[in-house]
Amino acid sequence: MEYSKDFLLGLYRMMVRIREFEETGEKLMLGGKLPGSLHQYVGEEAIAVGATANLRNDDYITSTHRGHGHMIAKGANTQKMMAELYGKSTGYCKGKGGSMHMMDLSIGVLGANGIVGGGLPIATGAGLGIKVRGTDQVVVAFFGDGGSNTGAFHESLNFCAIYKLPVIFMVENNKFATTTRVEESTSVENISDRAAGYTIPGFSIDGNDVIEVYETVKEAVKRARAGDGPTLIEAKTYRLKGHFVGDSRAYRTQEEVDKFWPHEPIRRLGKKLRQSGVLSDGEKERIEQETKKEMEEAVKFAEESPLPLPEDALKDLFVDDSGYDY
Amino acid sequence: MREITFADAVGEALAEEMERDPTIFTYGQGLVKVGGIFGAYKALLGKFPGRVIDTPISEEVIYGSTVGAALVGMRPVAEFMFADFLFVGFQSVALQIQKIRYMSGGQGKLRLVLRGADGVGSSLAAQHSESIETILMNIPGIKVIIPCTPYDMKGLMKTALRSDDPVICFEHKMLYKMKGFVPEEEYLIPFGVADIKRRGNDATVVTMSRMVHESLKAAGELENQGISVEVIDLRTLVPWDRKTVFESVKKTGHLVIAHETWKRAGWGAEIASVVQEKLFDDLDAPILRVGGKNVPMPFSPSLQEYVTPHYDDVVSAVKKVLSK
Repeated sequence: MEYSKDFLLGLYRMMVRIREFEETGEKLMLGGKLPGSLHQYVGEEAIAVGATANLRNDDYITSTHRGHGHMIAKGANTQKMMAELYGKSTGYCKGKGGSMHMMDLSIGVLGANGIVGGGLPIATGAGLGIKVRGTDQVVVAFFGDGGSNTGAFHESLNFCAIYKLPVIFMVENNKFATTTRVEESTSVENISDRAAGYTIPGFSIDGNDVIEVYETVKEAVKRARAGDGPTLIEAKTYRLKGHFVGDSRAYRTQEEVDKFWPHEPIRRLGKKLRQSGVLSDGEKERIEQETKKEMEEAVKFAEESPLPLPEDALKDLFVDDSGYDY
Repeated sequence: MREITFADAVGEALAEEMERDPTIFTYGQGLVKVGGIFGAYKALLGKFPGRVIDTPISEEVIYGSTVGAALVGMRPVAEFMFADFLFVGFQSVALQIQKIRYMSGGQGKLRLVLRGADGVGSSLAAQHSESIETILMNIPGIKVIIPCTPYDMKGLMKTALRSDDPVICFEHKMLYKMKGFVPEEEYLIPFGVADIKRRGNDATVVTMSRMVHESLKAAGELENQGISVEVIDLRTLVPWDRKTVFESVKKTGHLVIAHETWKRAGWGAEIASVVQEKLFDDLDAPILRVGGKNVPMPFSPSLQEYVTPHYDDVVSAVKKVLSK
């Protein structure tokens, strides 16, 4: 299929923005600037970008502990994201959630989630809500190969299958569930084979090819909007960074990681776009500079923002907290 | 005076609110054709097509899906059938429902209700008889309501169905057939307002659910012995009505807390602690608690009776707190 230059450059730019955000975060974490921990999406950008390119603003996603890429791809503000990494009052969660719990309901992000598989029942519920009220929105649930071994995954697939809910289950098989290899933890070679158990369509695709992701999700979205129910898509990729910034590397060799770098999605799309004349050297440079500037501004915004007041810890639990004893 | 059952009060509240609010829908097992295992949804039978849904037995998804449905603007009501089953899908309750709004810095409104039966009484043993409201009280993030009469049931459920916060309702399974006055006209009961079910001067009994009825029976017996007992039904545990409890304790100087759930670290311990922190000088005797014995609920009726608190335990506790 032929795509416009703007569309292709849009995909490329979005992936570069995610990469830059993640690498900025890594530097800040290693420099001792950020509390907590950081799970990077480096090497997996094509999945979030290819999938969400099919979505409207009023469609929904659920995300994971490795969720910055999903947020950015769905349209999140990187300044508010960065401020949240810093635990600042101007962050998406006013410093109450941090990296693993970002949410932006105004763009349909129903929340990242620190529990592996935790977003799947939420995505199912969003699908159920959509079905009961009769609108044509869809939900994309991002999760990992680890998530595909949770009870929530199997319950959710069955639940969505029987009611034909508009949910696309997007497995990011990055080969590792924290430090356990997928082949040691998972009964199937292709996670999409599990779709057959719920009589729904399942596809295993190259998750580092943003166009293949886009086109596969496009069909799934079409089916979901038409009321034909859920789809399970396994996007095969590779986690180029650790489970979190600074984790033990004992579970794999550097040689193995180096082998996968040449196949990472930004390089791949960039090469293709340069060969076809869509991406000039000047354009590439411009995107990189603009992105770098965006992240510098995000860091500046975050650093200049105030920390929350300690007593703000007692806000935001309930809408109506009358009579509640803190 | 119109009388309806506790079970019908659930269904009536839901049916009225579903008429009013098209975003409400409800799901669980055996609702559409059966009306729920305890018949609470009889008022919904044949009504609201597509808004009363039978689900697979998938607890983690049943509870967790309420979060997603609420975040997209609907008002889901999920039935958990037996409170014990909450543990099967407790991830969705304790890690999602009770935290998601707070973790997001206050985004969205989790307008959702979980409801179902708890309590002992029909020899269903340890996986179908227990009351776990203390655990929901301990973990911040959900409002806990425990009505014990048809009137309170309907009024509190209607408030739950208009709440902007998540609510869990525990309905004691031995109360479903109980009949009581429920007016034709609409009324709502606010959360955090206890009901003094019986006035008295000598001792205060703070209680909820089935133990309210046991405590009222105890108060009747104690009256014959010249002891005047005030019975306070908290009705909602989160939030709980400190003001009413404090006023009563100031008046009587003697407090007994009675609940069916385990005595050890049960919610009575929290109330006792708060009262002694605030009103130590008003107390004429140590606070006493009546609660279940600290074992899983046994099956055989004789064993079940032995570990479950009854009115005579309340009688003994009140006499003891009064040194009589």
